[in-house]
Amino acid sequence: MTKTITLAQGNGGQENNELISKVFYKAFANEILEKSEDAAIIHGGELAFSTDSFTVSPLFFPGADIGKLAVCGTCNDLAMMGAQPKYLTCSVIIEEGFPVRDLEKIVRSMKKELEVNGAVVVSGDTKVVPKGSVDKIFINTTGIGEVLKKGISSNNITQDDLILVNRDIGCHGATIFAAREDIDMSSSLESDCASLFPQVKALLDADIKITALRDATRGGVSAVLNEWSKQSNICIEVEEAKMPVSDEVNGICEMLGFEAAALANEGTFVLAINKEDAHRAVEILKTFENNSDATIIAKVTDAHLQKVILNSSWGTKRFLDTPSGELLPRIC
Amino acid sequence: MELELKNLYDDFRDGNTIKAYAKMIKEDAKKLNKPINIMEVCGGHTHTIMKFGIPQLLPDNIKFVHGPGCPVCIMPKERIDHAYVLSMQEKVILVTLGDMIKVPGSKGSLQDARSKGADVRFVYSPLECLKIARENPDANVIFFAIGFETTTPMTAALLDAVVKQDVKNIFFHINHVTVPEVMKELIDSRDVHVDSYNNRIDAFLGPSHVSVISGSRIYEEFPRDYKRPVVVTGFEPVDVMQGISMIVKQFIEDRCELEIEYKRLVTYDGNKKAQELVEKFFQKGDLFKWRGLGNIPESGLRLKAEFSEYDAEVKYKDVLPLEEIEDHKLCICGDILRGMASPPECTIFGTACKPTSPVGSCMVSSEGACAAYYKYGNLI
Repeated sequence: MTKTITLAQGNGGQENNELISKVFYKAFANEILEKSEDAAIIHGGELAFSTDSFTVSPLFFPGADIGKLAVCGTCNDLAMMGAQPKYLTCSVIIEEGFPVRDLEKIVRSMKKELEVNGAVVVSGDTKVVPKGSVDKIFINTTGIGEVLKKGISSNNITQDDLILVNRDIGCHGATIFAAREDIDMSSSLESDCASLFPQVKALLDADIKITALRDATRGGVSAVLNEWSKQSNICIEVEEAKMPVSDEVNGICEMLGFEAAALANEGTFVLAINKEDAHRAVEILKTFENNSDATIIAKVTDAHLQKVILNSSWGTKRFLDTPSGELLPRIC
Repeated sequence: MELELKNLYDDFRDGNTIKAYAKMIKEDAKKLNKPINIMEVCGGHTHTIMKFGIPQLLPDNIKFVHGPGCPVCIMPKERIDHAYVLSMQEKVILVTLGDMIKVPGSKGSLQDARSKGADVRFVYSPLECLKIARENPDANVIFFAIGFETTTPMTAALLDAVVKQDVKNIFFHINHVTVPEVMKELIDSRDVHVDSYNNRIDAFLGPSHVSVISGSRIYEEFPRDYKRPVVVTGFEPVDVMQGISMIVKQFIEDRCELEIEYKRLVTYDGNKKAQELVEKFFQKGDLFKWRGLGNIPESGLRLKAEFSEYDAEVKYKDVLPLEEIEDHKLCICGDILRGMASPPECTIFGTACKPTSPVGSCMVSSEGACAAYYKYGNLI
């Protein structure tokens, strides 16, 4: 590992994992933490508990803003453990000179998204720091959810499961990249930022046999699949042609040399569902807004344990690796 | 119908077309009287070949040799150290392209410099330097220019704008290199660095985007003087399959020619306007050191003397390090680039040398041969 922290260590991929395991897990090691789930399951399995900090540039972008992101992020982590988000804390670190009007706008977005989840902010903290100490505003939210369905875990996936996604992938990452000031590009893309609890609730209400859920944030779908392949000691074989990618996202990937599966999402999740229920789950997911592309993308095998394989439509295979490094556009 | 971006690549990724080419190549390859090794010169081709699993579609008697055409991979540590030192200067914003910022020199990468407080930025288009310079009038913006014939005109366009608009705070560190010179070194050199006596390159896939600028004529000498066929080929999998098919047909029909697969955009003469712009500002340098290969005569460009006021190597010459740095002893990138070894044969491949901690040139950028092998694996 490097002697000083680099941006690559916050990418949700290999370097990030290394930093977490060598510094934080080493110091904090305990049985709950080591399960490496989206949210910790505590209190005899009754509660889910998670935290997330948010920094994004620009603060307002097509489809969402940092406020919506801050509520969705933590609530989605809870939802991924089959829990209903209930209570959140909200801490903000604000840079001197930040417009109050923008702060109000951010808080309004947070309120709206809390309502979608049926959650409330019950505690908070505010710090203001001198200009230059943070980039405009950082938000941390921590949440507690009530587990509606026990036993959902990324460590239990088997060959009896199929792997699904709820919608087309990569929209958030592509939007943010296109909106960043140093890449001059116009597009009609919008972030997928959305609260996922309503979708999880619908699946639970229909008694779908859910093995695992994970929202594909930093590192994208490929990071989730790689984590699952290792946590459950399985091989995941993805049919490349079935992976839903919009034309806009594909276009940006083509121009800049990215892979849609490695781009971040904020309202896209990956599901491991028992084969018997997988098609029914797809139908339920499709009833939600923006989810018309919900589909089965992969099966679980034992071909290369702890690896993800991508099958092309012309019969070749390759590994889909955990993304590494900073997301940088290709040169020519 | 409105033309959309996907119309430009969808057909060139069609599974049935790829399978049809695979079948034809397999049939034709039965008539080859010896196995052939095809060098794809460009890292973009290496990437396509590995990403789309093309070796899995080819018969045993057709192999790829992955060439040196990745501007990030070939950048020697000495030049990266220049960038590092420049970025650490007071009131300097160092600007470069894409994953150049990831590659370590002897002092670290530009990413490391940034984490130590240097202002390092990457741009998609060099012209963005104008905006950065305007917004930071107190700083000197240094464009660390990299790339082959494809990116040189963009640097020239930036310099053209800088001269015309009389911008005083943009400087250039030039590391542009050219394709034909290194190809020649790989098949016909007895230099201490690049002894190509045992090279195993039978034919070349030429990168199409280089020829969009320079025309196909830059490869004329290879079939004529060195008996190596060249097919200028596009970057989609159907393009690459067609390019391979054209090479195989040359061998079985006993031809040795320069052909263009990428007829959509490549002409014999190329883009004259871009060439004129490049010629206005640049001239060939005597030597350029290539990581993994060593010094290659006339393979790099430098600014003409009349533009030296814009040359960061002149302006900052007192702080730039001069010492030579040897390549790692266990690294076999030089052999890989000459087709004499493949990445898994290297003793440090995937162990001491990985994309997150690259030792040799072929691992440093995603377009390098070793990085492509590491990332996409070899499932056959």
